[in-house]
Amino acid sequence: MIPTVIFLVALLLVTLGVAAYATYAERKVAAFMQDRIGPDRAGPFGLLQPIADGVKMIMKEDFMPASANRWLFFLGPAIAMTTALLTGVVIPWGGTLDLGGTAFRLQVADPDIGILYVFAMVSIGVYGIMLGGWASNNKYALYGAIRAASQMVSYELAMGMSIVALVILTGSLSLNDIVEQQRAGLWNIVYQPLGFLLFVICAFAECNRAPFDLPECETELVGGYHTEYSSMKLGFYLFAEYVNMFISSAVISTLYFGGYDVPFLDGLGLPQNVTVVLGTVALFLKITFFIFLFMWVRWTLPRFRYDQLMDLGWKSLIPLAILNVLLTGVGYYLKNGI
Amino acid sequence: MATPITQPLTKRSQVVSEKRMTLMERIYLPAIIKGMGITLKHFFRLRKATVKYPEQLRPMSPVYRGMHVLKRDEQGRERCTACGLCAVACPAEAITMVAAERRKGEEKLYREEKYAAVYEINMLRCIFCGDCEDACPKEAIFLTDRLVPTDYTRGTFVYGKQWLVEPLDPALRVDVSKRQPKAVAEFKKDRNFAHNR
Amino acid sequence: MLTLFYLFAAISVLCALVVVAARDPVNSVIALIVCFLSIAGHYILLNAQFLAVVHIIVYTGAIMVLFLFVIMLLNLNKATEPQRSLATRVAAVVAGGLVLLTLLAAVRHGISVEPARDFDIGTGLVRSVGRSLFNEFLLPFEVSSVLFLSAMVGAVMLGRREKNPQAA
Repeated sequence: MIPTVIFLVALLLVTLGVAAYATYAERKVAAFMQDRIGPDRAGPFGLLQPIADGVKMIMKEDFMPASANRWLFFLGPAIAMTTALLTGVVIPWGGTLDLGGTAFRLQVADPDIGILYVFAMVSIGVYGIMLGGWASNNKYALYGAIRAASQMVSYELAMGMSIVALVILTGSLSLNDIVEQQRAGLWNIVYQPLGFLLFVICAFAECNRAPFDLPECETELVGGYHTEYSSMKLGFYLFAEYVNMFISSAVISTLYFGGYDVPFLDGLGLPQNVTVVLGTVALFLKITFFIFLFMWVRWTLPRFRYDQLMDLGWKSLIPLAILNVLLTGVGYYLKNGI
Repeated sequence: MATPITQPLTKRSQVVSEKRMTLMERIYLPAIIKGMGITLKHFFRLRKATVKYPEQLRPMSPVYRGMHVLKRDEQGRERCTACGLCAVACPAEAITMVAAERRKGEEKLYREEKYAAVYEINMLRCIFCGDCEDACPKEAIFLTDRLVPTDYTRGTFVYGKQWLVEPLDPALRVDVSKRQPKAVAEFKKDRNFAHNR
Repeated sequence: MLTLFYLFAAISVLCALVVVAARDPVNSVIALIVCFLSIAGHYILLNAQFLAVVHIIVYTGAIMVLFLFVIMLLNLNKATEPQRSLATRVAAVVAGGLVLLTLLAAVRHGISVEPARDFDIGTGLVRSVGRSLFNEFLLPFEVSSVLFLSAMVGAVMLGRREKNPQAA
């Protein structure tokens, strides 16, 4: 019980820490890709920049429009942040540690519906954006909210479908089972290249990241759903985006890149705890790569137009995802029979 | 009738047509990967365009025209005689002045019998063309390589004499020689002209 | 466990009342969402995690989003609410009162609803739900999935832009 609580708190802190430094990394990556240097004033190489940003956010005036719906205006960022943080509990962050005789698995909870739980949290997360955008009583915010809702509902379909194909292979919805299977065999990316591609595209859309960042599209909608937000409430929205990015990267690594699996590590005969720690480090390296991918794509691709976004979701990704399910089913049948 | 341009204007220009995209183009992925390759190349490029401002300054042209200065002569007397030629020359009408007569006992302050009691330049109107400098017969007004500082209100940009006239202390005098090409320097040595005396 | 049950039950009933009573339709929708979430909590208490999560994904995550969507777009408020005539109000009060009377009478004589089957702790888990879906109810399941697919294709077709023969 106590190790679980400690692990939970540690997980929360690590998630927040990674998200904070993701904001710094985003600025650095953007700068480097544009031949700039990026933040370098706060601390060595600007490493204290996230703290400076946080202090700035808190010190800013917390403004609420007179015609806003008071409690929904508060609720919006709270929901966004809470759902973003809740997702991390089902992800297996590592193998089973040996704590002086008692086994401790680096996962808070392993329900047999793990991946569906992630979906459920993502689908509740829409409300944070929708309610916040609506409560602001601002047309741009409302447009942002509506865009976010329709975009997330649309892309959830293709995302779910690409997961269906994966589940046909694994035969389990538990994230831990999925990782263990990949440890035993090959990583799922080998079997599901198309599914992986679809999942990544949909993950970008679900996180409202470029090229799908239409809900906060600053060229058209001022700030989108957070136009009227300021101070730490705005900070929560921005922060939730990075937390979502971190969790999405973790889910992608877990589902398609073997999670905490390091190939050939088990054959080296290292002590169990060392193997587990190395596995967790490997998972974080994979996550770092995917966070970098998120940023890399953001600073490379221009934003989609709204009708193009819907076209892509409904006319390309969903048919492709159905095709992927079909192919996977046929492949599974040919190999294993029913 | 002018002949249509057949030669491309730049090396990078491409003929744009509304042709149907091929399958490879419609998948988008090859183009996306190409674009990501370009950004990655820039990511690892060591030469960055950033100038770290307070420590590192962008190179400035030697003839940069910045904030004006009203010069004093060697004995610390104001050179300006409020003739108004600079105000006339100013294309932006940024300069205004009020002339006054020098009284007894003020010979240490003003070089000529007439001086500018008020001399104002509106820095928001000024286009820093340097025509005032050219027009000045007394070598009194110069544009320098100093920048006009920023501020929050419009009123503060009307610079009076307290901002424009250079300090009395010889060590704090403003050096305007950078903007003086050789020909000008030669011309100034020529004492045949009244205002060089 | 029982405390949790009563907590969820209280939240469900309270939110259901707010859904009916709230003047602002957006507040109604939010109350309904909370109500659905607490019902998902009931499912979890019954060890039916699969049902709980699917309930959240489908009802809370998709259907209520569309509800909210429509309400936000229509911008319903008190000014646009249709004024009901006196006759309608009287009829509504009488009908509601009759339902209450019936319910009270039923409760007074005591209700006993026998469960159709004995409670099996594994009923709501993915494994058993999947087994029954793909064995006992295979045909209805597949037919409904085809139905959903056709509905989806229909939606895409409806959303397709009409080709203008002159422009093409």
